[in-house]
Amino acid sequence: MSAIVSVKNLRKAYAGGFEALKSVTLDIEEGEILALLGPNGAGKTTLISTICGITVPTSGTITVGGHDAQTDFRAARALIGLVPQEVNLEPFETVMNTVTFSRGLFGKPRNDALVQDILVKLSLGDKKNSKIMTLSGGMKRRVLIAKALSHEPSVLFLDEPTAGVDVELRKDMWNVVADLKASGVTIILTTHYIEEAEAIADRVGVINKGEILLVQDKAELMSQMGQKQLKIELAEATQTIPKALAGYDLVRSDNGLSLTYSYDTKGERTGITTLLGDLQKAGLQMKDIQTQQSSLEDIFVGLVKETA
Amino acid sequence: MNFNAVWTIYVFEMRRFFRTMTQSLVSPVLSTSLYFVVFGAAIGSRIDEVEGVSYGAFIVPGLIMLSVMTQATSNASFGIYFPKFIGTIYELLSAPISFLEVVAGYVGAAATKALIIGIVILVTAFFFVDIQIAHPFAMIVFLVLTCISFSLLGFIIGIWAGNFEQLQLIPLLIITPLVFLGGSFYSITMLPPIWQTVTLFNPVVYLISGFRWSFFGTADVGIGVSLLAITFFTAICMGIIWWIFRTGWRIRQ
Ligand SMILES: Nc1ncnc2c1ncn2[C@@H]1O[C@H](COP(=O)(O)OP(=O)(O)OP(=O)(O)O)[C@@H](O)[C@H]1O
Ligand SMILES: [Mg+2]
Repeated sequence: MSAIVSVKNLRKAYAGGFEALKSVTLDIEEGEILALLGPNGAGKTTLISTICGITVPTSGTITVGGHDAQTDFRAARALIGLVPQEVNLEPFETVMNTVTFSRGLFGKPRNDALVQDILVKLSLGDKKNSKIMTLSGGMKRRVLIAKALSHEPSVLFLDEPTAGVDVELRKDMWNVVADLKASGVTIILTTHYIEEAEAIADRVGVINKGEILLVQDKAELMSQMGQKQLKIELAEATQTIPKALAGYDLVRSDNGLSLTYSYDTKGERTGITTLLGDLQKAGLQMKDIQTQQSSLEDIFVGLVKETA
Repeated sequence: MNFNAVWTIYVFEMRRFFRTMTQSLVSPVLSTSLYFVVFGAAIGSRIDEVEGVSYGAFIVPGLIMLSVMTQATSNASFGIYFPKFIGTIYELLSAPISFLEVVAGYVGAAATKALIIGIVILVTAFFFVDIQIAHPFAMIVFLVLTCISFSLLGFIIGIWAGNFEQLQLIPLLIITPLVFLGGSFYSITMLPPIWQTVTLFNPVVYLISGFRWSFFGTADVGIGVSLLAITFFTAICMGIIWWIFRTGWRIRQ
């Protein structure tokens, strides 16, 4: 795979001197779904805006499909579809007109059949002649997506596409994203919902205070950084943790009915076998055991805390 | 050049014009008709001919210019300010188009609207007064150039404006007075000599004078000077737009 979007040493200082991006370097692979996670004000929108040409980079380079986003901006931007975070739409226009407008801006000839198709896919088929102001918030967000798709982009940026969208619709959107990926579109999305990144991304990037903290394959990330917990339920409550088990850093529940053991999945030995043996030697009766994988959320929170 | 994009912007803007037909067309036509009734008929009947033309007819070119200039300015400034205000400008900035194509689309549409309004007012004028157009070709050239140059000016104002007050400010504070004092309703030869000199610093004088020349064949200032003035004015506006384009002033952060 090769990078379709390549960002090198990108710095962005806003007019007031505030440095929203500090030397960001990021390669986005063709055909992947990259989820960018980061707290409010991390620089996600700034990064997207700078790649798309809405803000001017202070320094650094951006190429899209091999075209420099500054010097060869037409070729670079022609490949990009952008769904902004803010729902910015002209209230008095109809859905059809506003989507057709987007296509025209990208220099493509009018194609009502294609636009109609996109609208239907986004469950907006019956709204095509409605004025924007008569739509619900979730519908408006889908109109934004329709506008971005209207010119058949190869790279799609979705800036918090599911903010303020109900659970069912969020699943629908994930399906749309999956379909787009299947048709070869590269997708970059920002989100605050970790489940979202977990559910649809191939790779996850974490950004905080204008710096990319990590970009990694999602599964790899979770297995590398993931901690697992082994919860041991006891047949009878124990008031203390027996001395023989001191080396395991067990955590006793308040009622004394369970002990939790944390271990690293990337460690060579998990220590589970010896723990179970030692438990029996200490005279504790096990009723049940279960393991838990730490979620992306734990990883994310841990990372952001570190840089705070 | 992305002609498709220019055309898309143009059509989109023109549709707004036709959708708000009443405001866009009826109100300037109505107010100009009122001018004819009040100045042309009521007051005009007590005024002698000006430069050999009946007063009612004399004010026609000035009235058209007044409407065309204010309409071109406000249409163009609103046209580009509105996307800035509601945030849809993100699309213009992220599309594979250059700023000059954006200018062509918005200024083209604003100038077309102003031209339509100007022509409709001219037609309306025929119902009130008896006028002939001595130099129709020159008349069209002046009208079109005025539409374009003031749309360029309006575009600059729309880019500059940070809020709706500022958007109204320039047309209200500068253009309307300049047009009123630019000889819309009188020949500048009717002014005391000192004011005649002062007036020559008003660029609108040259436009109205030239435009009136195309109707009646007489003018306050030479036709060549008028043409030079409007060309100069257009060039300045284009220069400013070019500078905005180079620097991204008030558009790209
Ligand atoms: N136009 C601007 N002028 C000055 N500072 C800005 C501007 N836009 C954004 N910033 C600042 O840059 C930083 C990054 O903002 P950005 O919008 O990129 O964050 P974000 O990661 O998208 O946040 P959120 O999750 O809230 O959308 C913030 O501190 C913000 O205040
Ligand atoms: Mg954001």
